[in-house]
Amino acid sequence: MSYSFPILSYLVFAPLVGLIVLLFINRDRHAAIRWVATIFAFLSLVLTLIVLADYDWSTAAMQFTEQHQWIPAIGAQYLMGVDGISVPMLVLTGLLSLVAVIISFNITKRVKEYFVFLLLLETGMLGVFVSLDFFLFYIFWEVMLVPMYFLIGVWGGSRREYAAIKFFLYTLFGSIFMLVAILVLYFSSDPHTLNMLELTQVGPTFARGIQIFAFVFFFIAFAIKVPVWPFHTWLPDAHVEAPTAISIILAGVLLKMGTYGMLRVSWPMLPQGIRYFSIPIAILGIIAIIYGALVSMAQKDLKKLVAYSSVSHMGYCMMALGAYTSVTALSGCMFQMVSHGLITGALFLLVGVLYDRAHTREIAAFGGLGKKLPVYTAIMTLFCMASLGLPGMSGFISEFMIFIGSFPSFPVMVGIAVLGVVLTAAYILRMVQRVFLGEFDAAKWGGLTEINLREILAVAPLAVLTIFIGVYPKPLSELMQATLQNIITLMAR
Amino acid sequence: MDLTPLIPEVFLFAWALMVLLVDVFSKRPSVARPAYMSMAGLVITGILLARFGNGGALWTGMFVADSFAVFFKIIFLGAAFFAIGSSFGAAARMSHHRGEYFSLILMSTVGMMFLASAKELITLYIGLELTTIPLFVLAAYFKTDRKSAEAGLKYMIIGAASSALLLYGLSIIYGLTGTTYLHQVTINLSIHWLAYGDVGPAFTLATMMIIAGLVFKLAIVPFHMWAPDVYEGAPTPITAFLSVASKGAGLAAFLRIFVGMFIAFATDIMTPRDWGMIVALLAAVTMIVGNIIAIRQTNIKRMLAYSSIAQAGYVMVGVVAASALGVASVSFYMFAYLFANMGAFAVVTVFADRTGSEQIADFAGFSKSSPVLAAAFALFLLSLAGIPPLAGFLAKYYVFAAAVQAGYTWLVVLAVLTTVIALFYYANVIRLMYLSQETSPHHIIPSFPAGLVLVMTAAGVIIFGILPQSVLEMALSAATSFAF
Repeated sequence: MSYSFPILSYLVFAPLVGLIVLLFINRDRHAAIRWVATIFAFLSLVLTLIVLADYDWSTAAMQFTEQHQWIPAIGAQYLMGVDGISVPMLVLTGLLSLVAVIISFNITKRVKEYFVFLLLLETGMLGVFVSLDFFLFYIFWEVMLVPMYFLIGVWGGSRREYAAIKFFLYTLFGSIFMLVAILVLYFSSDPHTLNMLELTQVGPTFARGIQIFAFVFFFIAFAIKVPVWPFHTWLPDAHVEAPTAISIILAGVLLKMGTYGMLRVSWPMLPQGIRYFSIPIAILGIIAIIYGALVSMAQKDLKKLVAYSSVSHMGYCMMALGAYTSVTALSGCMFQMVSHGLITGALFLLVGVLYDRAHTREIAAFGGLGKKLPVYTAIMTLFCMASLGLPGMSGFISEFMIFIGSFPSFPVMVGIAVLGVVLTAAYILRMVQRVFLGEFDAAKWGGLTEINLREILAVAPLAVLTIFIGVYPKPLSELMQATLQNIITLMAR
Repeated sequence: MDLTPLIPEVFLFAWALMVLLVDVFSKRPSVARPAYMSMAGLVITGILLARFGNGGALWTGMFVADSFAVFFKIIFLGAAFFAIGSSFGAAARMSHHRGEYFSLILMSTVGMMFLASAKELITLYIGLELTTIPLFVLAAYFKTDRKSAEAGLKYMIIGAASSALLLYGLSIIYGLTGTTYLHQVTINLSIHWLAYGDVGPAFTLATMMIIAGLVFKLAIVPFHMWAPDVYEGAPTPITAFLSVASKGAGLAAFLRIFVGMFIAFATDIMTPRDWGMIVALLAAVTMIVGNIIAIRQTNIKRMLAYSSIAQAGYVMVGVVAASALGVASVSFYMFAYLFANMGAFAVVTVFADRTGSEQIADFAGFSKSSPVLAAAFALFLLSLAGIPPLAGFLAKYYVFAAAVQAGYTWLVVLAVLTTVIALFYYANVIRLMYLSQETSPHHIIPSFPAGLVLVMTAAGVIIFGILPQSVLEMALSAATSFAF
C-alpha cells in the first residue's frame, strides 16, 4: 500500500508540529495547551491506525518505506519503513501517548513545558520504531533522553532529581555502546552503509569476532533499556519517581525498545552472536523473572511493586529471545511486549489515580477499598488478573506462547519460569487482598472519591485491548507471522 | 607578484589599524563604534575570503590558500565575530583603551589566518606568535583586577615557554633537512630514510618538542595547568575566543605538521603510528582528567575551561586517525564547537554582565526568570555533551568514526565512556536552571549584539546538527589539502 503522502513521517512528526504550536500559546492558557497536545497525540494515533489498517500481513517486506538522501558524507539516509514487529509497537506507542496526555490533564505545574516535553518524547519514540537507518535510529533513540530527564526531574516525586539524572546517565551509558557497535558495523560492511536492511543482509558474512563484539555492545545498550537483570537498577527509581503519565510511557513503550532493538538489530544482523549467547541470555531472563517477582513480593509501595513486576515480566521476553529458533517463542515475546505495555501501563495509571486521591501508595495504609470504590476496584482487579496471567487476558496468551516456544530449547528453565508465574500470582493477589478487601477504615478513607470519567476514558481502551487479545489473539499473531518467520530464517544463516 | 590570495589578511590587518586610529581620534569614546566597525570588518573579510582567498599560493608555497586554510579561517572569523558581539558589556566596564581591545582581537585573528595558510616552518611560527601575543594583552585587559592580571602573566610565561619548545623542535627539523618548507622536509626526510634506513634520535627529540610545544597551546593534559586560571581571569569574551579560535589555530598547526609533514614517511624510531600512539595516550588522559575535574568546579568559567580541555581530547581522537576522514572530522568538530562553545560563553557573559556572578549555583531557577536564555544555554550545553540531533553529536560521531576506521576502537570506547562523565556536569547546570525550586531574581534580556550572537550560535547548533551536508563537504574538501 502506498500513499501520495509520506505517512510515516507525518505520524512521527505530528507531535513535533504540536510542540511548535504549543510554543506560540500563552503559558497561562492551560486548557488550550492541554487540548492542542491531545489533538496532536490523537492525530498520531489515527495515523498509526491507518498504517495498521493498510498494512499487508502476508509479506515480511518493509512497507510504507520512505527513502531520501540525508547526509551522504557520512552515509546516513532518511530511511523509514514498517514491518510486522514495528506496526504493533507503533500502535501501542500512539495509544499510550494519547493515554498519557489525557491522564496528564491534572498537571498544574509548568503546564506548557510539560506538554512540550511529552510531545517531543512521543516523536522520539515513534521515530525509533520506524527508522531503518542506524544514524536516524540512534538520533531518535537519544532524543528521548532529554525530555524524559525533564519530565522525571521537574514533575516527579520527592527524589525526582536523583532519579532523573540516574536515568539520563544510565541510559546514555548504554546507548554509547550502541554507537561504537554501529561504527564497527559501518566500517565492516563493504561498501560502507548505515542502512539497517543492507546490514542485515551482509551481517552474517562478518568475521565471528566482529559479530560477537558488536552483539555484546548492542546487547548492553538494549539490555539497559529492557532492563535485563543486572542492568535494572535505574528502573525502580525512574518508574517510582516519574509522574503517572511518564511511568505509563516508561513501562509501556521505553522498555519495549530494548526488546524491539534486539529483534530488529542484533538478532537477525549478528546471528553468530545470538547463537553464542542464547543460553546466557535465557538464564538472565530466568533470573529477572524470579528476582523481579521476589522483590515485588517484598514491596510496601504500590508503585514499586508494579515497577519490579515489570522487571519480572520483561524476563519472559528475554527467555523467549534466548529461544531464538522458535517462531512461537518470538511471537510470545512480541505478545508479551504488547500485553505488558497495556497491562502495566494501566496499572501505573490506576496507581496514579489512587495516589492523586489518597496521597499515599503504601499498601498497608489501605484496606477494604472495594466497598468504597467499586468501579475503581473492578478495573484494578481486572488488570491485576491480566498481570498474573489469567486465561482470557492477553498476559496468559503471551506467557503460554513463551513457555510452549521455549520448552524445546530450555526445558529446565521453562520449569523454573513457571514458578515465576506462581510467585506473580502470590504478590498480586496479596496486594489485591490487602488493598481492596478486609476492614475499611471509614475515618481515614471516607473522603476518597471514585475514579472519574476522564480517567475511565483513558483506561478503557487498554482494558478492551487486553481482553480482545486474550480472547482473540489471531489477528495480532497473523500480523507478525511473516516478519517473525523471516527473522528466524535470517538468524539461521 | 600576484598577492591576490593575501587580500583578506591584508584587509583585516589594515582594518584593525583603522579601528585603533578611529578610536584614538574620536572625541567621545564609545563602545559601539569600534565594536560594530570590527564586526563589519570581519564580515567584509569573510566576503573577501570567499572572493579572493580561495585557492592559490605565494612565495613558492610558503603561504597557500587551500581549502583546509579556508575552512579554518572561517572558524577564526566566526569566533572573532561572536567574541566581539558578546564584548559590549565587558568593554563598557573598561575605563580606557576600548579601541585597542577590539583591534587586538582582529590582529590575533590575522595571525590565525596566516597560521592556517602557512606551509613553511617560520611562517607558521610567526603566525602562531602573532596569534598569541595580542591574546596575552587581552587576557590581562582588566588590569586592576588581580585575577585578570594573573591570567595575562601566566598565559605569557607559559606561551613563551611553549613557543621556545616548539621553535627548538622546528630548528632541529631544519638542521636535519636543510629546509623549512613542509613538503621539502617530507621529501628530504624520506630520501634520507631510504638511503640510510634511519633518521636518527635528533628527529625523535624534535618530534617530542613539537608535540609538547603545540599541546601546550591546545591545553592537552598534562600541559593544561595554565588553562583554568587563564580562562577564569580573562574577560569572558576573550576566554571564549581563546577556547575556540586559539585552540583551532593550534590544531591547524598540529595538523599541518603531523598529518601534512610527517605522515608520508616512516622510520624505525618514529613511525607515524608512534606519534599517533603518543597523541592517542594524551587524548585518553585529557578526556579523563578534563571531564572528571570539571565535575568539581563551582565557577562556570572554570567548568567550561575544563570542559574545553576535555573537548580538545575528543579532537585529538580524530587527529590520531591521520586520515582524510580524520582531518575532515576534526575540522567539522571545530566548526560545531565554534557555535556551541561561543554560544555557551555568550550566555555566561550576558549573565555575568548583569549579575556580576560567575558561580554555577547562581543559575538556580534561571529557567523561570529568563526562559529563552536558559533554553539557549541548555541547548549549547547539550551540544557540548554530544546529545543528538545537535551539531556537537555529529561532530563526536564523525571523529569517533575516523578513529574506528583507523583501528583505534579502544580509544573510541574510552572516549564514549567519558562522554557519560561529561554529561554529568553539563546536566548539573541544566538541573539547576530547570529542576531547582528556587526562583532566580534575574530577568535578563540580552543587548542587541549579544542577542544576535545567541541567535546565530543557537541556529548553528541546530541547523548543522540536522542538515550538515554542505559543511561536511567543505570539511572533506579541506582534507584533500593533505596528501594521503
